[in-house]
Amino acid sequence: MTDFSTDSATRPHESGRDSRVTQWLVSLPPTLFLLVFFLAPALIMLVASFQYPGEFGGLAPLFIDGQANLSLETYRFFFSDLIYAEIFLRSFLVAAATTLICLILAYPLALTIAHSPKRHRDLLVLLVILPFASNFLIRIYAWIILLGPANLLYTPFAVIAGMVYVHLPFMILPLYTNLEKHDPALLEAAQDLGAGAWTRFWRVTFPLSLPGIWSGTALVFIPVLGMFAIPELLGGTGDILIGNLIKEQFLDNRDWPLGSTLSLLLTLAVLLLAGFSAWAGRTRRRLA
Amino acid sequence: MAILEIRNVTRRFGNLKAVDDVSLSIEAGEFFTLLGPSGCGKTTLLRMIAGFDEPDQGALFLEGRPLAGIPPEKRPVHTVFQSYALFPHMSVAQNIAFPLRMAGKDEDEIRRRLKETLELVHLSDKAQHFPHELSGGQKQRVALARGLINKPRLLLLDEPLGALDAKLREQMEGELIALQREVGITFVFVTHSQQEALALSHRIAVMNEGRIEQVDRPEQIYGYPKNRFVADFIGTINLLPVEVCEATHGHLRLAVAGLGEIIAPALAGVKAGERGMFALRPEQVRVSARHEAQELHNHYHGKVRDYLYLGDVTVYKVELDNGVLLEALLANSAPGRAKFFEIGDTLGVGWRHDSGVYLRD
Repeated sequence: MTDFSTDSATRPHESGRDSRVTQWLVSLPPTLFLLVFFLAPALIMLVASFQYPGEFGGLAPLFIDGQANLSLETYRFFFSDLIYAEIFLRSFLVAAATTLICLILAYPLALTIAHSPKRHRDLLVLLVILPFASNFLIRIYAWIILLGPANLLYTPFAVIAGMVYVHLPFMILPLYTNLEKHDPALLEAAQDLGAGAWTRFWRVTFPLSLPGIWSGTALVFIPVLGMFAIPELLGGTGDILIGNLIKEQFLDNRDWPLGSTLSLLLTLAVLLLAGFSAWAGRTRRRLA
Repeated sequence: MAILEIRNVTRRFGNLKAVDDVSLSIEAGEFFTLLGPSGCGKTTLLRMIAGFDEPDQGALFLEGRPLAGIPPEKRPVHTVFQSYALFPHMSVAQNIAFPLRMAGKDEDEIRRRLKETLELVHLSDKAQHFPHELSGGQKQRVALARGLINKPRLLLLDEPLGALDAKLREQMEGELIALQREVGITFVFVTHSQQEALALSHRIAVMNEGRIEQVDRPEQIYGYPKNRFVADFIGTINLLPVEVCEATHGHLRLAVAGLGEIIAPALAGVKAGERGMFALRPEQVRVSARHEAQELHNHYHGKVRDYLYLGDVTVYKVELDNGVLLEALLANSAPGRAKFFEIGDTLGVGWRHDSGVYLRD
């Protein structure tokens, strides 16, 4: 998006109007797609969270005898029991731990790929995404076989290990894309001006890779929050996360309104977190 | 004593000798230039001085101490990179103060020296700006300031003016000379531009294919090139194949094919009978209207084949009666006259008996 706008800013003045129309036409289909398939379901969920559950699953009618058939029941339910807050908190902790471990594992790997000879890089990136070639569930079952004999199955360790394993490529790829673009002359300049290897990393490479870290963090943190298959297959009874909770409401308890409420609150929490980190990032840059 | 001594340094890349048995000694306070075409080994030599590369043979000595094995961050040598390599996430002030922080100076000293250095390069009002907000010339000055602030024993400059446009380059040349004089730090400057080298340097080493062809002051390099490569690489020059007829202490008598004999300045060690080149700068060739008197010893007649109007001067390509082509340079100093001769005009061509230089092959 930003690339697009800077590009149009450098274009000759006369063609500015034409190019804006073109931009609109080109971006219309994806915009419509997102409107219909993201915004509409979100709105349906918002309404559903205030509805009553149907007798056999689904939702009760929105209007009965011309009267709106809505309530705050699900919200009262959520805030009345600490167990939900606890599951939310645990989910955020698992997501944070997964993200941190992914970052620590991915960084050296991404750096290695970015510093390897150009002709090897594509192959190494291919190896990173190769696991996607086999089905996700099959790979999780492989972990069951691996962890079972080690007596680690159905533990928090198994959940985190599975989460890290599945999401690692999403941290490696944005990091690699960022690190690969660094100008090697900057490291030479730092070294020339007296910086040792450790200082060069913390003063040059790391700060310049922050955008990559943020992308990777978003791509790992958010999916982990909603993940239910891994805790269900690898975790014990005490390891359920929001994802499991939501899934249960829709598939097992047939309580769509509560499921919608949980989904909405999760989305809201993520947006708040993202907004806060963006604000914090901006303030830090202004203070720097 | 020389501040930097390069002794018989060779650096190979595979079968290629990038630097081939180079010996140089650079004096303290000097503005020294390594000049040569791309691929001549000048950048490899610079990288060995900075510590990014080590020689395969030979050694470098900084103030008498060997540099072998000392990594770049431990050498009191800083570099201004061709691309400037400014840290994009740091402000101008943070960029310039970087070497002081690396050296562990205290905050008071950093503040004081930063202020001095910013003033030195006229960037005091840009201290809080980021590199992407600066013009090419300003980035260049930040890179210079960053290289100078911690007072290195040597400042290496790797084609630092290459990215600037002509007008700005001329201005920066002036600033570089003034800056070097003011700080007194030894500059080792790498360039492929003979014009930059002549304008800036106290001494120039002309390099070709990994070897040093000539080391001397700019006017000596220009006026008395040692061989054909140097003559050809520095400026434009007329080269005529000759045979030596007579060599005395005062002059040389040279036979030019189809032109007869000419008189040239003497050169030590030249013997009658040897073959070589006679090199003559275009500005040493005098052209005049055909019937004007010629009191020069070497004088001929020719026709204007072509000319190149350059504003301050016009370059004429003159074909002598016997087919030899010469370039002659005429200053356009007469007011209102853009050029003096037209294509096809016949004119007199000559040069003083002490002009030009004989080059042995």
